[in-house]
Amino acid sequence: MAAQSIHIVGASLAGVRAAEALRRREFDGRIVLIGDEPHRPYDRPPLSKQVLAGDWDADRIELTKPEKFAALDLELRLGVRATGFDLATRTLSTSDGDDIVDAMVIATGARCRTLPGTDDMAGVHVLRTLDHTLALRAELDAGPSRVAVVGAGFIGAEVAATCRGRGLDVTMIDPMPTPLGRVLGEEIGSLMADVHLEHGVDLRTGVGVDRLEAEGGHVTRVVLSDGAVVEADVVVIGIGVIPNTEWLEGSGLTIDNGVVCDATMLAAPGITAAGDVARWPNGRFDEVMRIEHWDNAIEQGVHAAERLLVDDADALPFEPVPWFWSDQYDRKLQMAGRIGPADDIHLATGSFEERRFAQLHGRDGRLVGVLGLNRPRHVMQYKTMIQNGASFEDAVAAEI
Amino acid sequence: MKIVVDFDLCESNAVCMQIAPDVFEVRDDDFLYLLNENPDESDRERMEECAQRCPKQAILIED
Repeated sequence: MAAQSIHIVGASLAGVRAAEALRRREFDGRIVLIGDEPHRPYDRPPLSKQVLAGDWDADRIELTKPEKFAALDLELRLGVRATGFDLATRTLSTSDGDDIVDAMVIATGARCRTLPGTDDMAGVHVLRTLDHTLALRAELDAGPSRVAVVGAGFIGAEVAATCRGRGLDVTMIDPMPTPLGRVLGEEIGSLMADVHLEHGVDLRTGVGVDRLEAEGGHVTRVVLSDGAVVEADVVVIGIGVIPNTEWLEGSGLTIDNGVVCDATMLAAPGITAAGDVARWPNGRFDEVMRIEHWDNAIEQGVHAAERLLVDDADALPFEPVPWFWSDQYDRKLQMAGRIGPADDIHLATGSFEERRFAQLHGRDGRLVGVLGLNRPRHVMQYKTMIQNGASFEDAVAAEI
Repeated sequence: MKIVVDFDLCESNAVCMQIAPDVFEVRDDDFLYLLNENPDESDRERMEECAQRCPKQAILIED
């Protein structure tokens, strides 16, 4: 039976796009949107770039214009945290009290991993929320002698690039041999290492962090696993995220590195999940995924909302081609699909030397991924081919 | 319906082109060209998808 009222837990990208999709599909029941941050919903990608750089203020990044947001007619509960759920009684517990839910979209996202023992150390930051960003920006404004970035993943690499853009000395540390190599492969990881070195980052790869040291409660040094010491008065930790599922423990829903959903994003009757917190089998790649990309939060938020408005028999599987981008200095990195170390590879356009290329990935005769540097049009056109189930051979032969 | 692209924000990610190649085109010079500034009203949902999924939020729909 169609839902009469829908609770959306999580008021960031997936949750807001879910709410919008419900109204677009002419759901005219009650929608309760619950978010634990006090701010109106905002867009996160500019945080590590324009907002941290000081070019944009917080009011530039709202997700939806106030008049359009008001027109959604939501029961908005900001600064409210979900604390528990019981599937049997459909009771949602929050910091604001209990509610019985008819239908629910779970979009509680993820939070940053931290280094043990550093939570109360001044000068140590993570970057996920607007408040994180403004706190870090204030310290950058004060002109630190050196910023140490722990972790050379996407957030770390973007923060390092932004800090260099502000003229700050930066050391970036990662236990892997190259930045982003785990995702992009060592060859492109090595190219990205060169990009950071040329922009003046003191890059320490193949070495871990042993501990942070503080004086008077404020961080002063990063001690590396090889005994080297990096003097830094600001440390940014970018070592991945953990899905926010603790509030669902014992709820009756299946939790395993995220909220486990079926192929249509249904976690239980009348309950769906979307965004960084959701895990589901993507039939297109025959793989169970949890995707932390911006674009996925939109598409999955819409799908999870629409799923609540249809009967099981009419429900469609969610089978996207995942896609993300990362901007570092003047380089725009984009990837679509799923790539792996054993893939067949073809350089479709450009070259590594000019740092402008699109590389195709094939597996079992199929085009499964495309990785591009400053070649967005090519990435998008090959993404369409992945969506259309193109063979690797056809992709290699295509004139794009 | 009128489509406006903020070219100061646009970084030619080409997401819009993937959704609506008849309206948006990123050419070999890496710039975005708007092929149709006034799509038909019946195309609104697709144009809204372009605006929503633009990573730079550079597409505006003026009613």
